[in-house]
Amino acid sequence: MPLQKKAVLGILSDNLRRRGSVLPLSRRLHTRWARGLGIPLGGETVIYTGQMYQLIPAISKMARRMASLEDSWLTRVMGAGRVVNKVLNISWFLSRARRRERAVYDSMLRDIALLLRASGVEFGYLYGDDMYTGALVHDQGVDSALAAHARRVVAALQAHGVKRLITVDPHTTHMLRSVYPQLIEGFEIEVRSYLEILDERGLVPREMHDGPVVVHDSCVYARYESVVDSPRRLLTSIGAAVVEPELSGVWTHCCGGPIESLFPRRAHEIAARRVEQLAESLSTAHVEAAGRGEQGERSQRGTVAVMCPICLVNLTGAAEASAGRYRDISRLLADSVIGDRARWLARRERGQKALPAAQADVEADPGVLPSAP
Amino acid sequence: MIRVDEEFLGSLDGPFDAAACMSCGVCTALCPMEIGSLPRELFRHAILGLAERIRQQEDTIFSCLLCRSCEASCPAEVPITENVRILRRHLVKHQLGLGE
Ligand code: SF4
Ligand code: SF4
Repeated sequence: MPLQKKAVLGILSDNLRRRGSVLPLSRRLHTRWARGLGIPLGGETVIYTGQMYQLIPAISKMARRMASLEDSWLTRVMGAGRVVNKVLNISWFLSRARRRERAVYDSMLRDIALLLRASGVEFGYLYGDDMYTGALVHDQGVDSALAAHARRVVAALQAHGVKRLITVDPHTTHMLRSVYPQLIEGFEIEVRSYLEILDERGLVPREMHDGPVVVHDSCVYARYESVVDSPRRLLTSIGAAVVEPELSGVWTHCCGGPIESLFPRRAHEIAARRVEQLAESLSTAHVEAAGRGEQGERSQRGTVAVMCPICLVNLTGAAEASAGRYRDISRLLADSVIGDRARWLARRERGQKALPAAQADVEADPGVLPSAP
Repeated sequence: MIRVDEEFLGSLDGPFDAAACMSCGVCTALCPMEIGSLPRELFRHAILGLAERIRQQEDTIFSCLLCRSCEASCPAEVPITENVRILRRHLVKHQLGLGE
């Protein structure tokens, strides 16, 4: 018996209404990535995570549990689960993720923040007010829950005086850039993905990337938000040999993620098909690298660059033994531009202290995000 | 017996737009889910007001990835994913009872 849509969507939308997110995370969990980075609270320009990277370990845990329920007798009592969830957050028990997995996704957000700093972009963060935008309920058509939630998100942005948002994933980018302006009258905050900003600013690599990188485009970036060229230019600028899979750019193939909450088995099949296509590109890249006589392990094996945390968790889940070759694009860029993260931060802190007061003020000006082209 | 609900299209929440579909099948050919009936048959059912047929296709409507592979190649520029979202909103409200 397939999962009960009413129960699953009911739990997700009840959570959004009552607890502010489809799978509520404590403030401590969703802001932990920023610890020690000294990002100021608020400001006109802020990095907006929409809690997507932080939610992935919980979503993936929940999806694994749901997949094990598919076709089990338990699907019949899911309706009761929804009733209990209204009072007691049972989704929290279902989605408790391992600390290690959470740390990995947090590190991607840290890399994004460091890359923005390395490119001279100064920004704040809303900490507890950096809320989930409601992408999942929007996609599932539970718009009654979305409208009220979107108003809460926008009220928080206005209370902080935010004028520009730097988003870090395709779903949050799409919600804030294309859906919110239709939902909320007068919503005029500028929204740009960090990939677009880094591309415009340019990266200065410390160490060139060695080897081929197969690009997996997110459907939402490529076909909803036209973010196609920026990631390729960024990868090329760090020395990566960009490899296009058979279906790439606006013709990219989905990772299966959007149906994970209702049809986990089908979602896995879609991911497995995409992994096969990417594996083919990796093996072609491998043969070509060997043909050029490239020796390094990385040059020979190649990497898949992914720019959406939902794609990343779905593809790595299907890739099994080759999961280690899938990397968030931020990791590849930060390895080249930042290198040792702790040393980079320490160097930067020493540099800030050594700056004359006037110059330090210029660097701290939060208004330096370039405007939209 | 097939019942036609003449109010169906007007009752949908959003501008359902599939009149331009010429049933060429490009969308079906490119769909990673291999959803044969979406959008060609289903959208036609909606236009004709065959509400019951729409309700019977709940799984199909919710299994669309909203990936826009189809839309990127549709020669008639049918807003396929927006139409799917509109049908989902209808089912969420009238079939799943989650509209409140
Ligand atoms: S590709 Fe467009 S015109 Fe052709 S069948 Fe699909 S929706 Fe209709
Ligand atoms: S948006 Fe839906 S119908 Fe269109 S190709 Fe993707 S899964 Fe198929």
